[in-house]
Amino acid sequence: MTDAALPRRQPFALRFPSVMIFLAILALFTVGVTILSEGFGIGVISTSFIKTLGKTLCLCLVALAMDLVWGYCGILSLGHMAFFGLGGYAIGMWLMYARTEIIVLESLAAAPLPPTPQEVSDGIATQIFGVVGSSEFPPIWAFAHSLPLQLAAVVIVPGLLALVFGWLAFRSRVTGVYLSILTQAMTLALSLHLFQNDSGLRGNNGLSGLQNLPGLDDVPQATVSLWFFWASALALGLGYVLCAWIVSGKFGSVIRAIRDDEARVRFLGYPVEAFKLVIFTLTAVIAGIAGALYYPQAGIINPAEIAPIASIYLAVWVAIGGRGRLYGAVIGAAFVSLVSTWFTGGQAPDINLGVYTISWVDWWTVLLGLSFVAVTLYAPKGIGGLIDLITERKSPNRHGASLGPDQGSLREQEAEK
Amino acid sequence: MLRFAATLLACLTLSLPASSQQADAPIQQLLQSQSDLIVESSRRTIGPAIDALANSGLPAAQVVLDKWQLREMWVNTETGLFVYAEEVDRDTLRIFDFADGSLIGDVPDEGFEQLKPNSGIRGLIGTALVQFQLSDPDPDTRQRALDAIERGAEESHLAALRASLPTETDPQILARKQRLERLLTIAYGATEAERIEAIQSFDGDLGVDVRAALNPLLAVRVEAAEALPSDDDIGRVLEPGSDTLSRDDAYALLVAADLAKPRISVEDQRNALIANIADGQVAGIQVATLNSQDARDMAYAALAEQGTVTAVATEAEVDQRLANHVFFERYVGAPPEVVFAAKAALNAIENKVAINQMFDLSLDALSLASIYFLAAIGLAITFGVMGVINMAHGEFIMMGAYTGYVVQLFIPDYTLSILVAIPLAFAVTFGAGVAMERLVIRWLYHRPLETLLATFGISIALQQIAKNIFGTQARPLTAPGWLDGSLVINDIVSISYIRIAIFVLALLFLALFLFVMNRTRLGLEVRAVTQNPRMAASMGINPDKINMLTFGFGSGIAGIAGVAIGLYAKVTSEMGSDYIVQSFMTVVVGGVGNIWGTLLGATMVGFLQKGIEWFNPSNTLAAQTYMILFIILFIQFRPKGIIALKGRAAEA
Amino acid sequence: MSTLLEVSGVSVSFDGFKAINNLSFQIAERELRAVIGPNGAGKTTFMDIITGKTKPDEGRVIYGDKSVSLLKMSESKIAQAGVGRKFQRPTVFEDQSVFDNLMMALKKTRGPLAVLFFKPSAEDNHKVADLAEQIGLSGALHRKSGELSHGQKQWLEIGMLLAQEPRLLLVDEPAAGMTPAEREHTTDILREAAKTRAVVVVEHDMEFVRRLNCKVTVLHEGSVLAEGSLDHVTKNEQVIEVYLGR
Repeated sequence: MTDAALPRRQPFALRFPSVMIFLAILALFTVGVTILSEGFGIGVISTSFIKTLGKTLCLCLVALAMDLVWGYCGILSLGHMAFFGLGGYAIGMWLMYARTEIIVLESLAAAPLPPTPQEVSDGIATQIFGVVGSSEFPPIWAFAHSLPLQLAAVVIVPGLLALVFGWLAFRSRVTGVYLSILTQAMTLALSLHLFQNDSGLRGNNGLSGLQNLPGLDDVPQATVSLWFFWASALALGLGYVLCAWIVSGKFGSVIRAIRDDEARVRFLGYPVEAFKLVIFTLTAVIAGIAGALYYPQAGIINPAEIAPIASIYLAVWVAIGGRGRLYGAVIGAAFVSLVSTWFTGGQAPDINLGVYTISWVDWWTVLLGLSFVAVTLYAPKGIGGLIDLITERKSPNRHGASLGPDQGSLREQEAEK
Repeated sequence: MLRFAATLLACLTLSLPASSQQADAPIQQLLQSQSDLIVESSRRTIGPAIDALANSGLPAAQVVLDKWQLREMWVNTETGLFVYAEEVDRDTLRIFDFADGSLIGDVPDEGFEQLKPNSGIRGLIGTALVQFQLSDPDPDTRQRALDAIERGAEESHLAALRASLPTETDPQILARKQRLERLLTIAYGATEAERIEAIQSFDGDLGVDVRAALNPLLAVRVEAAEALPSDDDIGRVLEPGSDTLSRDDAYALLVAADLAKPRISVEDQRNALIANIADGQVAGIQVATLNSQDARDMAYAALAEQGTVTAVATEAEVDQRLANHVFFERYVGAPPEVVFAAKAALNAIENKVAINQMFDLSLDALSLASIYFLAAIGLAITFGVMGVINMAHGEFIMMGAYTGYVVQLFIPDYTLSILVAIPLAFAVTFGAGVAMERLVIRWLYHRPLETLLATFGISIALQQIAKNIFGTQARPLTAPGWLDGSLVINDIVSISYIRIAIFVLALLFLALFLFVMNRTRLGLEVRAVTQNPRMAASMGINPDKINMLTFGFGSGIAGIAGVAIGLYAKVTSEMGSDYIVQSFMTVVVGGVGNIWGTLLGATMVGFLQKGIEWFNPSNTLAAQTYMILFIILFIQFRPKGIIALKGRAAEA
Repeated sequence: MSTLLEVSGVSVSFDGFKAINNLSFQIAERELRAVIGPNGAGKTTFMDIITGKTKPDEGRVIYGDKSVSLLKMSESKIAQAGVGRKFQRPTVFEDQSVFDNLMMALKKTRGPLAVLFFKPSAEDNHKVADLAEQIGLSGALHRKSGELSHGQKQWLEIGMLLAQEPRLLLVDEPAAGMTPAEREHTTDILREAAKTRAVVVVEHDMEFVRRLNCKVTVLHEGSVLAEGSLDHVTKNEQVIEVYLGR
């Protein structure tokens, strides 16, 4: 046995060419879209489509998080869109507060007396909470005036929720479908809570007008949308590198081992719960950041965005893209959400069957649901599996058995490096 | 003046042709004396006229009030005389004399104007009529009179009621009268002893009317004084700034009683300052610096010193004033002894009410638990017995409900349609379940996470298909008439028949499940396949077939549950997703693989939700939120549910 | 030799069935011990109790120089304290290479953050290479372990156990499904390992146990039936009765 057989420590980028390829494609895409945009370039791509693309990049980022927690660690979380939404709410509070403050200050400036802080605060509160019949700030808005604090909340709120929930759930060894249902229950509880008018976040009205950046009314939306597009691309790039770094080392080895056989990892001496908690919390934070970038582009956030169905769609994207590989998550999220926009936007041509016209606005969800079933049954590797055909990756032949006894473990069809 | 009018009336009457009306009859004279009030009637002014009629002692007064109330009283526009009339046709009236009820004749209606008392006046008339009606020979009229007293009791009713007691023959009405008499005595009894006796006679009575009679006696007025008076009608002492008495209210009380200087609202202060701006200054202070409350207070004080505005209390003065006074409640509803008797009686009643409310709440919780049990039992089979997660379970419930709706479109008889819908719903969802098992689930056994996702795909597809077919609005699934209404045990405890039916259905399902699992060949084979599929297969049981049938059975039960839930709630394409999480929670909380666990789980979830709703009745969303949080915590302590399997069986 | 592990008076029951009944057991440091017994004798449950997978209803499990009780520790803590376990079925992480499997098992700090920022040193790589040589998998270091043969997986698992550097090694039926040559090699590895630590081997195969040449403990219905050399216990009347029936 010589050292030659051992892997030589190469630079990170060289060891993982897929990361470099991904970053190159992302950079090309960003530059290309910028040139073609209305804001800077020749205007082939409309501002609303820039926003759609920017939002899609955010969805890709949260899909990455989902892939990390599900595809790599085997935890089918049905709560990551809730963390996504919490990130959106956190930034939305500041956006709404700061913008309303400017409006209120303008209107009060015309008054004969300069306004007192109380008058300003009351004015803002009346503006924001008038729709839910309140004119006072709920306690959770205590930091809404401060951008740095709300930015911190984007990370802290989802992270803390994930930490507490994950600690409780993992501690009591809830695994597999039980954990999925438990996360779904958490998501449902959160969305039901936010639906209440006295939740302090405007009930089912949600937060709106988030596309307008406070103090930047002069900057056209075409430009603002590009800023967010760039920020989303940057976040996705950084997120991808981070995830790739995590899964490439021994940590990745351990979480994949947890996915395939949790008990065995425990007998190796690894505190499985702590690893799961780290991954769960970390991905919740990534989801929160993605949400904070998404909702200013969407312009509005309401509790329906947090409903359990959203998190399940997230799992659908990752599954269709191919779980257990990072680019699979990105492909899945981008492909499904863009196709979904195309179908539900009414651009897809209706099919006239003579007796009945299939209108895709109505039937797209049916198609999505059924194609999802088909992917689960016949193509567990998802779209990412196509790339294996090109690179001719081989998987161990296990005669159809799964790779571990745990419920989250990979099946033979999915196994790949 | 009155005599003049009477003479004039007499002349007019004489000049009237074809009239045999007794213009000088006492009742007519009384009417004439109140003529202005009656013709130009309004709720505010009509009182004296009605009183005059009611207290006249004239037998005809009742007829007048009756006809007036029924809008059958007319006035002759020429003579001003009152008659009552029937409309023979569009233009002709048949008029009658109030004095003796005799027919006067058919006349054209041009000369008469109908009196149209509004509902307020009719109510007043009704109250006045009561005393006549209480002794009316017709029992229905007497009942109506009692109804009227219950709606709006007056002091005068008490005497009338008492007067009518000895002559009452109908025992039922007599009992009612006696109860009303006691209630009125509580409010209007002449002596305290009489009132207290009446109050004590209602000890522990759950009637809403008793509480309605007692509560006004406890009315209080908040007062302030420098020292607490030792009068015996003093109730609680209140602390300013507490929930019952805010600081602002307490101070306002002092101001109203002239015990303190007034305060000024921020708004008024602002306006006063604005009114006194001169050269960009207020009382020598630059306007631009008035951007804080302190600065404004200072400016206002400066203005007050100049005498431009009245001085107001500062915060320190407010604090001092509040500290120097005590605030207390004084009973103003009744004399102290009566109040204490009422309080004691009310306490006893409240305790009894609370117990009954608990009972009522338990019934509510039980019916909610039945619904959860119905929704979850199918899941207990597919998830609990087979270990298959079926996220489309809620959609099977929805399919069952829509089946019921479609059946009702074809069979208008509700009883028959329900009887048809139940087996049909079972058949439809059984078929759907078998199809799903064959096409999807059997490829995914031992892959629970993927089963979860695949069935979820089916769930969203089914939901959207239902939306495309039936639209987004809720469809009715009407219960048969004999299920309308509710079983009323007393004023507090009642339960609707539909809920009872659902409860019975839940029990039937439990029995059916136990029968199928423990007493039939299918159940035996299901248990065999669940415990050891290979062994079962080697003994000639076809696990494929058993799995298919079990899944179909679970889905079919979901369909029937859908019909039941549809009767109780609305049928929409999203109704399934409303129940799916709670159903899973029910199964998980109860302990997977055990029907008694599911029963316990449903009971717990149902009672829990109702219990939380009881604390915060206005907010069912919050109740659901807290319930889910509680369940998440519960699973921390009993991860395997209430009834947990142990040892090797649990690991299989 | 001082005692490394002492199990005394341990009982556990599942739904009324007594899987372990007042079991007592001792093993010294650097001792090789074989545990035999018919099916249902409680061998696996016995291992489950030591490794923390199953909590006993009563009894004590004392381990190490400081005599700590293992009953209050989690599985991972027990493993970190130096108790390694090999399962009946080979359980290696099939989706990962032999190298990754061994690297994961290598004795290092196990906390998530330490693992996240872990970089294998040259020394670590050497250790892995040496282990691979010891278990005869040098040539397969970069193959996915799922591609290995059944016997190779057993070795890989033993290699992972050795990489953990445990003081107490629990091995459940290591020779199952191995060729005679592979059995020979396995015996060597185990005997070699027992020179530096305590090793408990649970085995059905008498021939294999004979080759281990060590003290034998016979379990029956959850308690110790006999203890001593293989020849001694095979002459025991009760043991013959339990194994052969009458």
